[in-house]
Amino acid sequence: MVDATPGKKPGPKKFMLVNRRAPHGTIYALEALEVVLIAATFDQDVSLAFLDDGVYALAKGQKTTGIEVKNFSPTFRALDDYDVNKLYVERESLQKRGLDADSLLVPVQVLDAKQLGELMAQQDVVLSF
Amino acid sequence: MKIGILVSAGPYTHQANDSAYLFARAALAKGHIVERVFFYHDGVNAANRLTEPPQDDRNVTSRWSTLAAEHKIDLVVCVAAALRRGIKDEILAPGFRISGLGQLIESGMKADRLVVFGD
Repeated sequence: MVDATPGKKPGPKKFMLVNRRAPHGTIYALEALEVVLIAATFDQDVSLAFLDDGVYALAKGQKTTGIEVKNFSPTFRALDDYDVNKLYVERESLQKRGLDADSLLVPVQVLDAKQLGELMAQQDVVLSF
Repeated sequence: MKIGILVSAGPYTHQANDSAYLFARAALAKGHIVERVFFYHDGVNAANRLTEPPQDDRNVTSRWSTLAAEHKIDLVVCVAAALRRGIKDEILAPGFRISGLGQLIESGMKADRLVVFGD
């Protein structure tokens, strides 16, 4: 990579990780969490969005012993320690699945699809897993 | 424009790995800068120099290597994704190197656009 201009340090960029899939069945939800944690160590402006089946990643009461994979959902509770506290959940996705903010492991901001779309438009980097 | 590329899909099953290559080649031809391509998830399989597609098929791995040599592109393979799939230093094709997710974040920080191919 070409080095940035000496003496001129670029400010943090807005990174949004978009979770669209159920927490298990594919590795994507786990990897999104990995990317968020790394982005946070680079002092970037990191947020997470949850929509479609991605909202299940935050559901309380996950038990994964039956499918013999790690239950990584408690890691979402540790995000605050990394100063990652912008978690956005799409209202329509929650409603379609009979969930609400109380069903989720961590405090989130519930936004409707239009608001979430506006937020996405403001990002520098959007990674959708 | 400085462009970063993320390749998430594996070669030969999905077109995304080819599309990323064709996009990179087209962007370079237009005078844009592609500094780094980051391979993640099954995308890391593109780095395996032991792959042997049939004679009449394109070779995904070798054409990445050729493009990287011609344009000094940094081809980075995610270490965790690579090791899970047996992609190790000893089987890396020319131009590829193994490193961490920090390289993807850095690409997003430095590039004007980070373009994603694959899921």
